[in-house]
This record gives sequence, C-alpha cells and structure tokens, in this order.
Amino acid sequence: MKYTGKAHKVGDHIDTDAIIPARFLVTSDPVELGKKCFEGLEQGWASRINNGDILVGGKNFGCGSSREHAPIAIIGSGMPAVIAHSFARIFYRNGFNMGLVLLEIGDDTGKISDGDQLEVDASTGEIKNLTTGDIIKSLPVPEFMADILSKGGLVNYVRGKVA
Amino acid sequence: MAKTLAQKILQRHSLDEVGTAGQIVCCKTSMVLANDITAPLAIDSFRKMGAGKVFDRQKVALVCDHFTPNKDIDSAEQVKKVREFAREMGIVHYYEGGNVGVEHALLPELGMVGPGDIVVGADSHTCTYGGLGAFATGMGSTDIAAAMALGETWFKVPETIKVNIIGNLDKYTTPKDLILYLIGIIGVDGALYRALEFTGSIVDEMEIEGRMTMANMAIEAGGKAGLFPADDKTVAYCLEKGFENPEKIFSDDGALYCREVKIDVTGMSPQVACPHLPDNVKAVDELERVKVDQVVLGSCTNGRITDLRQAAEILKGRKVNRDVRFIVLPATPKIFEQALEEGLINIFIKAGAIVGPPTCGPCLGGHMGILASGERCLATTNRNFKGRMGSLDSEVYLGSPMVAAATAIAGEIIHPGKV
Repeated sequence: MKYTGKAHKVGDHIDTDAIIPARFLVTSDPVELGKKCFEGLEQGWASRINNGDILVGGKNFGCGSSREHAPIAIIGSGMPAVIAHSFARIFYRNGFNMGLVLLEIGDDTGKISDGDQLEVDASTGEIKNLTTGDIIKSLPVPEFMADILSKGGLVNYVRGKVA
Repeated sequence: MAKTLAQKILQRHSLDEVGTAGQIVCCKTSMVLANDITAPLAIDSFRKMGAGKVFDRQKVALVCDHFTPNKDIDSAEQVKKVREFAREMGIVHYYEGGNVGVEHALLPELGMVGPGDIVVGADSHTCTYGGLGAFATGMGSTDIAAAMALGETWFKVPETIKVNIIGNLDKYTTPKDLILYLIGIIGVDGALYRALEFTGSIVDEMEIEGRMTMANMAIEAGGKAGLFPADDKTVAYCLEKGFENPEKIFSDDGALYCREVKIDVTGMSPQVACPHLPDNVKAVDELERVKVDQVVLGSCTNGRITDLRQAAEILKGRKVNRDVRFIVLPATPKIFEQALEEGLINIFIKAGAIVGPPTCGPCLGGHMGILASGERCLATTNRNFKGRMGSLDSEVYLGSPMVAAATAIAGEIIHPGKV
C-alpha cells in the first residue's frame, strides 16, 4: 500500500494530550476526534490537513497517556501514516492496532522538511521524499507484530481465538 | 539464567521460556483494567472481536474515575455504556459513584493486586502497581479488549535500568521528589521500552504508598514498568488489604541490567518539574518567586493518606493564600473517611481549601479545577504537558504534597521548610 501526501512536521516528545486533549475524549468517533487532532498543540491545527497527508514527528512521539483516541484522531484527520524519530511504547502498540502506518527512521527525520511531498510504501517501509529525491528506509516492523498484521490485525487475531 | 524482576514475573505467567530482552512472550493476566474514558473503546473492540464473555468476571476491573461525577452529557453516556457492559458481563469489580476512587489508589486498597501479578490496564499509570512488586503496564483499549477476552497478552521482554537509591533523606524530601529527580536525570524517554527496577537502602526503608508514588511515574520516563522488590513491608501491606497469599519477590543476583543509576539523596531538596515536560526538574530553592493561581493535591500519584497527612501537617493552623484555589481530592472514599477521622479534612477546610470527591478530574484537564489562559498551578499530579490542565496558555508545575501545602500558603512555589 502506497501513500502520497504532504509532510506536516512536529517536534520531539509530542504527547497524547497535544494530539487529542482529554476534554475531547467524550466520543470515540474518528471524524469528531479528527477535527480536534493536535488541538493541544495549536488551536485549529487540523485545518491544514488534506486527506492523505503524512505526519512527521521527532523523538518519543505519542508519549503520555494510553488513550487509543490519539491514533484514531490522526486517522480521522485524514493522515494514514506517521513517520518519527522514535515512538513512545503505548502509542506504537495502539497505532499498530488501529491500522495507522508507523515508520521509525531515527535521525533521518532530518531529511524531511515541513511541506515536503512524500511517498510512503507501507509494505516495504520505504519513504521517498519527492521534493528532495531522498530515499529513506525505516526500521522493520517487529516480527510478532508483522504476524498479527498478516492475520488482519489484533481484532481479527482475537476473533480467530475466541471462535 | 539470572533474572531481573521483570523477567521473573513474566516467567511466572508464561509457558514460554523467558529469556533475554527483546524476546516476545505470551503471558496470562492477573487483572485487566479500564476506566470511563478507555473502556468504551475497549467494549467496541471486544464486540468486534466477537467475544461473548470476559475471561474471568473476578479479574476485570472497570473503574469510572476520570470524568466522574459525570461532567457533562457525553461523559454520562460513556459511563452508562460501561455500566451496562459490566452488568451484562457480570463483572464483579465495577466502580462508580460512592464506591469509586482513583483506579490506581483503589485497586491496591481493595487487595485486588499484589506481588508477582501481571496487571494490564487501559491507563498509562497502571505501572503504579510496580510499587507492590507486580509487573503492571498501560496499554490501549484494543489490547485491553483482547486481554479481557483471552486473559492473556503479549509482551516484549524489556531491558531493565537498575536505580540504586541510598543516603539520608531530609524530612521535607519525599518519594515524589526522588522520582522527579530521577526523571530529571534520565529524561522523558530515558526508560523508553525499558523497565525501571528500584533498589537500595532508601527503597528498603520506604513505605508502600511511597513506592507506589514512584512506580506511578515510571511512564513519565517512557518506562514500561517501575518495579520494586516485594519484601516484608509489601507482604504486610497486601495481607492487611485482603490480598491472598502475597509472596516476597526479589531479582536474582547476577541479573543483567542495561544501565545502573545511583542516587545519593543526602542533602537533596524537594524537587519541582517545571513546564512543559516532567523532566524539566529543578530543586524548589532554585525557583524564584513563581506565583500560582491554583494548587491541586490528589491523583493516582499523591492522593493517598500519607500525602494528605504530610500536607495537613504543613497547613495546620495556617491559611491558604487568598489568591490561590487549593483543591484537595482524596483518592478514594476510604482515604476520605480516614482523613475525616484523623481531622485532616477539618484542617484543610479551616485553612480555606476546597475538598472534593475522589476523581482524576483536574489532573487531565477534565473538570473540577481547569486553568484559564495565563494561569499557573502547582499540582501533586504526574504530567505538566502544555495545556494538560486547561488552556494552552496555562502552566503546570509538579511537586510533592508538602510543597503543594507550602505553596498554597505562600501563593508562590516554596520550600515547605520556609512557611
């Protein structure tokens, strides 16, 4: 699966309160949460997003609470993928379970500027910066998680076990 | 193979041979937890999984503590959804209303978690139970739905950072100050994907409530778990709370650690985390005339009886500054009752504090103490992210219950020995 979109760059240690403040956690509707995505960073942040755009974070992206509403808000805002220097543990697992594409690239985040046009290949983990021509390889998805993914994600994996 | 506490506890609950860090293991869960914010999503996922019942009606806890007493119609609808699910599934440990407390204060108090357990919760501060020698960690709602259905989950065996705490503790320096100091050293991602294991003479002497305060904030260093050995103190605490057959657990001699951090607490002042990250830590004496509009005493970090006693001791016979709203939220009904009996609530009310019901409320900017733009709060809670307690232009400082009480009196952040 390939995604092409504009990069929206954010800083290090972006916490889940920045992604979706707790006061909006009174719904689990992706569209509603998507409208408030990054409202904890800047009021009206989500208005810049066009469908298919790609988020680029720094170190420890998604730190803080366990709220699954955070990856849901990102998906609901129209962004199918997050590229980051590194991910906070709970967010990584949540994003994965919600079907958000997560790519960890370490210092190579320096090869992406805000507004660059990116092409992300979710199956190979390869990122093409169409603006600069750079090609970036992300760290591979852990084997066990790839296995869950091949079974259609956690929901389907459990469905198979409880049946 | 000599094992760390994390490896040892994971092994107890796994058929897999638990080896080195990085290995994926499947483990049985002792207790599975969700709250009024995270349970609704978990219930949706649980249904999508086609699960008809929870793995054990006794081992799932649903605690409506975040937006309760319900702050608005939407949050009331969420709680209703959780309540109806709890009834349908026959869940024994459902809490709402007069029996509800802040989840991570409530479960240990009810003897529902103890040493050697594996506890997973759809709440990042589930790591609190590491204070009892449990391997406890936060996950998202869908992972929790899977654990509610199957009674098992998967873990990556974490590397462990050993934190050795020694020296002589000043009377104004508390476990909260120690964990803030540690986060200040290693940073908010210093324990990313790793477990923290606490050891040393200060840990041996520390009471269980203090250990839970420290384990609670392991996540603020990115940690997967914050583990304390389960010793005689742990066993006595758990027996008193009604936990069945608590056992002592220690890591093995010769276990492998990825890093060791040694902290000598001798001469250490109370610590404060300044905006907007928990690792922006300074000694309280370094702050110069930081005026506050609000002080919050409570939360899963510092809303227990020891915390209320320490604050009341400072506050006794004094008045809250007229420019400060001092909000006191005992973390459970039982703590509230005990504080009443000990005369602590009387001290708070006479001083001019606002005493409210057990709730997470202001900690996450939910309700009961939200900040306007330009306002500043000193809180005994665990996170000071931008906008965490209200307006994006407000500020949160984190400190101990004693610093909170002193600050409420002085109207500015101050050393408790100076009021």
